[in-house]
Amino acid sequence: MSIVSPYPWAPGFYPGDRPEIVTSRFRYEDGHTLERYHATGGYEGLRAALAKSPSEVADEVKNSTLLGRGGAGFPAGTKWGFTPAGVWPRYLVVNGDESEPGTYKDRLLMECDPHQLIEGCLIASYAAGLSQCFLYIRGEMALAHERMATALNEAYAAGYIGRNILDTDLSVDIVLHWGAGAYVVGEETALIESLEGERGMPRLKPPYFPAAIGLYGQPTIVNNVETLSNLPFIAREGSVAYTSIGTATSPGTRMIAVSGHVVRPGVYEIVNGSTTFRDLIYGDDFAQGIRDGNELKAFVPGGGSAPWFLPDQLDVPFEGREASAAGSMLGSGAVMVMDSTTDIPAAALTLVRFYAHESCGKCVPCREGGTWLARLVERIVAGRGTDADLRTILEVGESICPGEMPHAASARLGLDAVPFPYKMTTICFVGPSAYAPIHSALTLFPEEFEARVTARAERRTIPVAVEVA
Amino acid sequence: MSRLSDHNVVLAQEIIARYPKPKSALIPLLHLSQEQNGFITEDAMRHIAELIGVTPAEVYGTASFYEMFRFEPTGRYLINVCGTMSCALLGADALMHHAEEKLGVKAGDTTADGLITLQHAECQAACTEAPTLQVNYRYRYRVTPESFDELVDDLRAGKLEAEIPPHGTLGRNRQRIPADRAVGARHPDDVDEAPAWIEVSSEDAP
Repeated sequence: MSIVSPYPWAPGFYPGDRPEIVTSRFRYEDGHTLERYHATGGYEGLRAALAKSPSEVADEVKNSTLLGRGGAGFPAGTKWGFTPAGVWPRYLVVNGDESEPGTYKDRLLMECDPHQLIEGCLIASYAAGLSQCFLYIRGEMALAHERMATALNEAYAAGYIGRNILDTDLSVDIVLHWGAGAYVVGEETALIESLEGERGMPRLKPPYFPAAIGLYGQPTIVNNVETLSNLPFIAREGSVAYTSIGTATSPGTRMIAVSGHVVRPGVYEIVNGSTTFRDLIYGDDFAQGIRDGNELKAFVPGGGSAPWFLPDQLDVPFEGREASAAGSMLGSGAVMVMDSTTDIPAAALTLVRFYAHESCGKCVPCREGGTWLARLVERIVAGRGTDADLRTILEVGESICPGEMPHAASARLGLDAVPFPYKMTTICFVGPSAYAPIHSALTLFPEEFEARVTARAERRTIPVAVEVA
Repeated sequence: MSRLSDHNVVLAQEIIARYPKPKSALIPLLHLSQEQNGFITEDAMRHIAELIGVTPAEVYGTASFYEMFRFEPTGRYLINVCGTMSCALLGADALMHHAEEKLGVKAGDTTADGLITLQHAECQAACTEAPTLQVNYRYRYRVTPESFDELVDDLRAGKLEAEIPPHGTLGRNRQRIPADRAVGARHPDDVDEAPAWIEVSSEDAP
């Protein structure tokens, strides 16, 4: 149970010679306390925001081109702007339901710097004109809940939350809300259903775009924990300071978790847009290469839902359009690395099984298709698969994602990239996510599947009756 | 016995009042009842239905969707072993085998003494520290067979009671919103004006 991170209270996190926008307090063991927050510039962003008009603050965020960090990567300021004029009340829902396979950042932000998130919520509430904020935390994160509860209690007592914040007109409640274990609730409309006390099943968009018809049918902003944690910096330092980091289309920093077969698995705050996967997987400041001197076989670039990349794609940067053109997505900032010892069908199975298990059951292609994909891949991995199973996988996939499925280019196989995104027959991304990993595995490593289905175990006969001597 | 205690009813009312509509308190109240009883009982669901003004079937309908709610007696310690990709790449399967051997139960079962329930779990957001497990949603990182044995021995010896509360207790603290600071939740139908700090321009006016 060794923790090798330099900061044992932030397991897996590694600082570096890089800009720190959201992880600047991770170095302090007491970074989660109001005292430390005050001593390190805390709530100055809120004060700076309150000195401006709400629309000026909203413009500042819009000008920063802060991209949502939950997975879709949509600009946060633009998202806020979709709330219809003159419709009240509006709500803010914080998506702290981090559960995309490979993703590990929002939990750290809540555990190590909860006041930064609270300050972000207050700035967003001021700019967007809302007085009720619901902080939905994944149920399985006990420490994050405890830290957020303590921080909220401190902030209420200190006059940062509640009625007439810092003696201004701003009045906002922030309510801590527990999830109870359901991956799909990370999807924003499912999150809203869950917050209304319902089964966490996604709503159809249109018409249920949260900005227009969200919580209780009212205009609702749903933002990820990391997205909101950037706001104190933007409010304090300004959008120009923010956009001076990273690239024009992907400014600022991003938190990325690199896991799997690397020398130093870890969570890193990287410069957005310009850092490449090669930097991240091989860089001394990052994961430091493949373990045991092995070769890189493949990696998942953006959480379990993302089509896989090969060593061919190592020079792709953390820039949305470039990742899409290369056949995948940056998703939620999660890189999972497989070395040359990896059994590709078995690795894909862990993800297919995950999404099949997490299907909410609302859309048939996902509910039935995901389950069938899991069964087929299980059977192949167990050595009982057939050639027909490989075709069936593609057929089932076609019913979830009709048309060409995005995948990476492979020089070895002479394959060109098919750009992201895919078409889908389901309301949300859980269905396509069950197919993406097995499609990538099968497309990029066909020989591992073919070997599995031809070299299957000898047929065993099971006697149905004991022979009579 | 398994209705919410008087003490918890007071807490429940406080939680319900935080939401514009009472049904939003359903999942928090299920957690509260699971904290009290260790699992979700039928009486508790009936009681929660009364408190928020829905039917018991609606309470069960929601509760049964979420994996953290258990409907049968569960060990004092629930051990969830992650098996998703990052953990699988670093030996989660072997860890689960070892856990089954050590505890003498299959995943999904509870030890004969009722102390420990073992379960498969999905990604726990600790992927860089694989393989991971949680005991009552408290993490253990980079788990080895040896560290697993030590964990179980410590649990059995009662050495971890201060760190790990019994199954059902999530936070060892709670959010408390002081009455003199609270803005207060109003039903959305009762709010039709912009908040005080927003200047309503003529085009925004209702």
